[in-house]
Amino acid sequence: MIDLNDGVLDESAVRAAVSRPGAGAILVFHGVTRDNFAGRGVRRLEYEAYPEMAIAQMRAIADEASERWTGVRVAMSHRTGVVPVEEASVLIAVSSPHRGDAYEASRFCIDTLKARVPIWKREIYDDGSAWKANAESGEGVDSGHIEAGGVV
Amino acid sequence: MSTDPETVSVEVHLFAGLREQLGVSTVARTVAVGTTVADLYAEMFPAGPSGRMPVMYAVEQAYVKGDTVLRSGVEVAFIPPLGGG
Repeated sequence: MIDLNDGVLDESAVRAAVSRPGAGAILVFHGVTRDNFAGRGVRRLEYEAYPEMAIAQMRAIADEASERWTGVRVAMSHRTGVVPVEEASVLIAVSSPHRGDAYEASRFCIDTLKARVPIWKREIYDDGSAWKANAESGEGVDSGHIEAGGVV
Repeated sequence: MSTDPETVSVEVHLFAGLREQLGVSTVARTVAVGTTVADLYAEMFPAGPSGRMPVMYAVEQAYVKGDTVLRSGVEVAFIPPLGGG
Protein backbone atom coordinates (compact mmCIF):
# COMPACT_ATOMS: atom_id res chain seq x y z
CA MET A 1 0.00 0.00 0.00
CA ILE A 2 1.45 3.28 -1.19
CA ASP A 3 -0.83 6.28 -1.42
CA LEU A 4 -1.58 9.98 -1.09
CA ASN A 5 -4.64 10.94 0.90
CA ASP A 6 -6.31 14.30 1.49
CA GLY A 7 -8.00 13.15 4.69
CA VAL A 8 -6.98 11.76 8.08
CA LEU A 9 -4.50 8.90 7.62
CA ASP A 10 -5.54 5.39 8.63
CA GLU A 11 -2.99 3.70 10.88
CA SER A 12 -4.85 0.38 10.90
CA ALA A 13 -4.78 0.27 7.09
CA VAL A 14 -1.00 0.70 6.75
CA ARG A 15 -0.42 -1.75 9.60
CA ALA A 16 -2.69 -4.33 7.97
CA ALA A 17 -0.93 -3.86 4.64
CA VAL A 18 2.38 -5.11 6.05
CA SER A 19 1.11 -7.69 8.56
CA ARG A 20 1.89 -11.32 7.85
CA PRO A 21 2.50 -14.51 9.82
CA GLY A 22 6.29 -14.41 9.45
CA ALA A 23 6.68 -10.90 10.83
CA GLY A 24 7.94 -10.68 14.40
CA ALA A 25 7.97 -6.89 14.41
CA ILE A 26 5.75 -4.17 13.01
CA LEU A 27 6.61 -0.49 13.37
CA VAL A 28 4.33 2.36 12.32
CA PHE A 29 6.10 5.70 12.11
CA HIS A 30 3.92 8.81 12.36
CA GLY A 31 5.27 12.12 11.11
CA VAL A 32 3.13 14.67 12.94
CA THR A 33 2.49 18.42 12.69
CA ARG A 34 4.25 20.18 15.58
CA ASP A 35 3.00 23.45 17.01
CA ASN A 36 6.31 25.33 16.68
CA PHE A 37 9.31 25.85 14.45
CA ALA A 38 12.40 27.76 15.59
CA GLY A 39 10.41 29.54 18.27
CA ARG A 40 7.51 30.54 16.01
CA GLY A 41 4.02 29.27 16.64
CA VAL A 42 2.80 26.93 13.87
CA ARG A 43 -0.97 26.73 13.35
CA ARG A 44 -1.04 24.07 10.64
CA LEU A 45 0.84 22.70 7.64
CA GLU A 46 -0.33 22.58 4.04
CA TYR A 47 1.12 19.88 1.79
CA GLU A 48 1.22 19.84 -2.00
CA ALA A 49 2.34 16.84 -4.10
CA TYR A 50 3.33 15.95 -7.65
CA PRO A 51 1.03 12.95 -7.34
CA GLU A 52 2.17 10.46 -9.98
CA MET A 53 5.87 11.03 -9.34
CA ALA A 54 5.43 11.04 -5.56
CA ILE A 55 3.74 7.64 -5.71
CA ALA A 56 6.48 6.30 -8.00
CA GLN A 57 9.21 7.53 -5.68
CA MET A 58 7.53 6.16 -2.57
CA ARG A 59 7.12 2.79 -4.28
CA ALA A 60 10.80 2.80 -5.26
CA ILE A 61 11.82 3.52 -1.65
CA ALA A 62 9.63 0.69 -0.37
CA ASP A 63 11.14 -1.67 -2.94
CA GLU A 64 14.67 -0.57 -2.05
CA ALA A 65 14.00 -1.25 1.64
CA SER A 66 12.73 -4.74 0.82
CA GLU A 67 15.90 -5.42 -1.17
CA ARG A 68 18.25 -4.13 1.55
CA TRP A 69 16.59 -5.88 4.48
CA THR A 70 15.43 -9.44 3.83
CA GLY A 71 11.80 -10.04 4.63
CA VAL A 72 10.98 -6.36 5.17
CA ARG A 73 7.64 -5.13 3.86
CA VAL A 74 6.72 -1.41 3.72
CA ALA A 75 3.49 0.59 3.39
CA MET A 76 3.39 4.40 3.15
CA SER A 77 0.57 6.91 3.22
CA HIS A 78 1.21 10.66 2.86
CA ARG A 79 -1.40 13.30 3.48
CA THR A 80 -1.96 16.31 1.21
CA GLY A 81 -3.74 19.58 1.93
CA VAL A 82 -4.16 20.96 5.44
CA VAL A 83 -2.69 18.94 8.32
CA PRO A 84 -3.57 20.39 11.75
CA VAL A 85 -1.27 20.25 14.79
CA GLU A 86 -1.06 16.76 16.34
CA GLU A 87 -2.28 15.04 13.15
CA ALA A 88 -0.06 12.86 10.95
CA SER A 89 1.25 14.04 7.59
CA VAL A 90 2.83 10.66 6.89
CA LEU A 91 2.54 7.06 8.11
CA ILE A 92 5.18 4.45 7.32
CA ALA A 93 4.53 0.87 8.38
CA VAL A 94 7.36 -1.65 8.29
CA SER A 95 7.13 -5.34 9.08
CA SER A 96 10.14 -7.60 9.47
CA PRO A 97 10.99 -11.04 10.84
CA HIS A 98 13.12 -9.29 13.49
CA ARG A 99 12.93 -5.88 15.16
CA GLY A 100 16.44 -4.69 14.32
CA ASP A 101 15.81 -4.60 10.59
CA ALA A 102 12.40 -3.01 11.14
CA TYR A 103 13.96 -0.07 13.01
CA GLU A 104 16.67 0.41 10.39
CA ALA A 105 14.29 0.13 7.45
CA SER A 106 11.82 2.53 9.05
CA ARG A 107 14.54 5.17 9.50
CA PHE A 108 15.76 4.63 5.94
CA CYS A 109 12.24 5.05 4.54
CA ILE A 110 11.42 8.35 6.27
CA ASP A 111 14.86 9.86 5.64
CA THR A 112 14.77 8.89 1.97
CA LEU A 113 11.19 10.08 1.57
CA LYS A 114 12.27 13.51 2.82
CA ALA A 115 15.15 13.54 0.33
CA ARG A 116 13.43 12.32 -2.83
CA VAL A 117 9.63 12.34 -2.82
CA PRO A 118 8.20 15.40 -4.60
CA ILE A 119 6.00 16.83 -1.86
CA TRP A 120 6.11 20.38 -0.50
CA LYS A 121 5.07 21.89 2.80
CA ARG A 122 3.87 25.36 3.70
CA GLU A 123 4.05 26.28 7.37
CA ILE A 124 1.27 28.56 8.50
CA TYR A 125 2.44 30.62 11.49
CA ASP A 126 0.56 32.88 13.83
CA ASP A 127 2.06 35.76 11.80
CA GLY A 128 2.56 34.63 8.19
CA SER A 129 3.62 31.53 6.25
CA ALA A 130 6.57 30.02 4.35
CA TRP A 131 7.50 27.02 2.20
CA LYS A 132 9.79 24.87 4.33
CA ALA A 133 12.50 22.67 2.84
CA ASN A 134 13.81 19.47 4.41
CA ALA A 135 17.50 19.41 5.34
CA GLU A 136 17.64 16.10 3.42
CA SER A 137 16.14 17.50 0.19
CA GLY A 138 17.95 16.11 -2.86
CA GLU A 139 20.25 13.74 -0.97
CA GLY A 140 20.93 10.63 -3.00
CA VAL A 141 19.22 11.88 -6.14
CA ASP A 142 22.19 10.71 -8.17
CA SER A 143 20.63 11.33 -11.55
CA GLY A 144 19.40 14.74 -10.48
CA HIS A 145 21.07 18.06 -10.91
CA ILE A 146 20.82 20.92 -8.47
CA GLU A 147 20.67 24.27 -10.22
CA ALA A 148 23.60 26.27 -8.85
CA GLY A 149 21.83 29.57 -9.01
CA GLY A 150 21.69 30.59 -5.38
CA VAL A 151 18.74 30.58 -3.09
CA VAL A 152 15.61 32.68 -3.15
CA MET B 1 1.45 21.13 -30.18
CA SER B 2 3.90 22.70 -32.63
CA THR B 3 4.51 20.95 -35.93
CA ASP B 4 7.49 23.18 -36.72
CA PRO B 5 10.47 20.82 -37.19
CA GLU B 6 12.76 23.42 -35.55
CA THR B 7 10.85 23.42 -32.27
CA VAL B 8 9.57 21.04 -29.61
CA SER B 9 6.54 21.52 -27.39
CA VAL B 10 6.47 20.38 -23.78
CA GLU B 11 4.15 20.63 -20.81
CA VAL B 12 5.74 22.16 -17.71
CA HIS B 13 4.44 21.34 -14.21
CA LEU B 14 5.10 23.85 -11.43
CA PHE B 15 4.85 23.41 -7.69
CA ALA B 16 5.07 25.34 -4.43
CA GLY B 17 6.98 28.62 -4.76
CA LEU B 18 7.48 28.27 -8.52
CA ARG B 19 3.75 27.71 -9.06
CA GLU B 20 3.04 30.82 -7.03
CA GLN B 21 5.60 32.89 -8.98
CA LEU B 22 3.90 32.20 -12.32
CA GLY B 23 0.39 31.78 -10.95
CA VAL B 24 -0.24 28.51 -12.83
CA SER B 25 0.27 24.79 -12.13
CA THR B 26 0.92 23.74 -15.71
CA VAL B 27 1.98 25.65 -18.79
CA ALA B 28 2.69 24.61 -22.39
CA ARG B 29 6.01 25.83 -23.80
CA THR B 30 7.52 25.64 -27.26
CA VAL B 31 11.31 25.77 -27.44
CA ALA B 32 14.06 25.33 -30.04
CA VAL B 33 15.29 21.84 -30.87
CA GLY B 34 18.25 21.04 -28.62
CA THR B 35 16.97 23.00 -25.63
CA THR B 36 17.84 21.29 -22.34
CA VAL B 37 15.68 21.12 -19.25
CA ALA B 38 18.10 23.51 -17.48
CA ASP B 39 17.89 25.95 -20.43
CA LEU B 40 14.12 25.96 -20.12
CA TYR B 41 14.29 26.64 -16.38
CA ALA B 42 16.66 29.56 -16.91
CA GLU B 43 14.37 30.92 -19.63
CA MET B 44 11.21 30.66 -17.54
CA PHE B 45 12.77 31.84 -14.27
CA PRO B 46 15.44 34.47 -14.96
CA ALA B 47 17.84 34.89 -12.05
CA GLY B 48 16.98 37.81 -9.79
CA PRO B 49 19.29 39.74 -7.46
CA SER B 50 19.31 36.81 -5.05
CA GLY B 51 19.81 34.19 -7.77
CA ARG B 52 17.17 31.63 -8.59
CA MET B 53 15.57 28.90 -6.61
CA PRO B 54 17.70 25.72 -6.55
CA VAL B 55 15.69 23.00 -8.26
CA MET B 56 15.93 19.40 -9.37
CA TYR B 57 14.64 18.47 -12.78
CA ALA B 58 12.16 15.80 -13.78
CA VAL B 59 11.13 14.59 -17.22
CA GLU B 60 8.29 12.12 -17.56
CA GLN B 61 8.08 11.97 -13.74
CA ALA B 62 11.67 10.82 -13.19
CA TYR B 63 14.66 12.84 -11.99
CA VAL B 64 17.05 13.78 -14.80
CA LYS B 65 20.20 15.82 -15.19
CA GLY B 66 19.97 19.43 -16.31
CA ASP B 67 21.63 18.69 -19.64
CA THR B 68 18.76 16.42 -20.69
CA VAL B 69 17.55 17.55 -24.12
CA LEU B 70 13.80 18.04 -24.36
CA ARG B 71 11.77 15.87 -26.72
CA SER B 72 8.40 16.89 -28.07
CA GLY B 73 5.41 16.01 -25.94
CA VAL B 74 7.26 15.26 -22.71
CA GLU B 75 6.11 16.29 -19.24
CA VAL B 76 8.71 18.49 -17.55
CA ALA B 77 8.76 19.48 -13.87
CA PHE B 78 10.97 21.80 -11.90
CA ILE B 79 11.25 20.39 -8.39
CA PRO B 80 11.82 23.02 -5.67
CA PRO B 81 13.43 21.99 -2.36
CA LEU B 82 11.31 19.19 -0.90
CA GLY B 83 9.24 19.40 2.27
CA GLY B 84 7.47 16.05 2.50
CA GLY B 85 7.41 13.86 5.57
